Amino acid sequence: MTSSDQLAPAPPDPPDRPAAPAAPDNWALFVGFSRIALSGFGGVLPFAYRGLVEQRQWITAAEFAELLAGSQVIPGPTICNMSLMVGFRFGGVRGALSALGGMLAGPFVIVILLGIAHQRVGGLAPVRAALTGMSAVATGLIAATAIKMALPMLRRPGGRTLNVVLALLAFGGLGLWKLPMILVIAVLGPVGVALAYRRDP
Amino acid sequence: MNGELSPLLSLSLYLALASMMAIGGGVIMLAPDVHSYVVDIHHLITSEQFAAAFTLAQAAPGPNLLFVTLIGWQIGGLKGALATTLAVIVPSSALTLVILRIASRTTDSRLARAFKAGMAPLSVGLLAAAAWVLGTAAGVSFRSGLLVVLTIGFILRTKLNPVLLIAGGAVAGLLGFV
Repeated sequence: MTSSDQLAPAPPDPPDRPAAPAAPDNWALFVGFSRIALSGFGGVLPFAYRGLVEQRQWITAAEFAELLAGSQVIPGPTICNMSLMVGFRFGGVRGALSALGGMLAGPFVIVILLGIAHQRVGGLAPVRAALTGMSAVATGLIAATAIKMALPMLRRPGGRTLNVVLALLAFGGLGLWKLPMILVIAVLGPVGVALAYRRDP
Repeated sequence: MNGELSPLLSLSLYLALASMMAIGGGVIMLAPDVHSYVVDIHHLITSEQFAAAFTLAQAAPGPNLLFVTLIGWQIGGLKGALATTLAVIVPSSALTLVILRIASRTTDSRLARAFKAGMAPLSVGLLAAAAWVLGTAAGVSFRSGLLVVLTIGFILRTKLNPVLLIAGGAVAGLLGFV
């Protein structure tokens, strides 16, 4: 565990990772995750892979996949959970919070600035027209993500029909019939997990 | 504390609870439920404001959860933005840290796998619902529908940066296409 090491000044040469880049300290985590977040237009995950695995080599591709799966099983924003996990690995709880802080601080400020700008000029006809077009594209982006997630499910033969039924029920329940999400998940979630558990050899 | 804070406080509590249900995907899946809460049930903002918050957050860099920040901003300024953002972040982050500290070596991998595989179809359905709610929030027209379909095609068929597509949407809007 490197958490206690991080409280002291970083040693000049980490002995356990001679070839790999030095393990990041909390500040490096904050800066690194800030840069990843600020380049992450339209979803941070692809940029997280580039930044963590390819550019900084803090973790390997296999570790990335593992951490991603773990982040998805835990409730809450996936990318935030992942930031916490990577940060924790290098700097314990402080490292985790540094990484999460980096992920959120810059984008938070930018979004607020956009909000202020929208308040000032949002009523103007050209701005409203531009936003309408942007909204349609944003809708398409989300729909495309849903389709991308659905494709591997459709290619896998086991439980295909049931998966489609579950997805349609979730869509109808939340999108068309406006049921509370807690109800949709509480009813459909256990069914999906139980079916997947039975399919798993 | 006072009457002005209470809608924000109850929204934050609601978001804190809802964020714990966002499994297997982003907080974007919460969009339909959040839309019902702030627009239909409590009338805190209009449907158009919701669509604007969502769109601006999509156009900005960073986690998608920040649409919640903008909704908080529209309702209660900076205080609102901080309250809603923290509400979405803190509970799940605390849980993640607890799990990390316990060091989940004992996790039953079959159960974890089944959990992921079993929730995946729900994630797809909830995401599709999010697209549906956003698409209908700002009003539907044939041309905006066409733009949605075009975007889906571009994303699935090309490797274009999504930001370029959003910029393209802005241009299409300015030119009076939608």
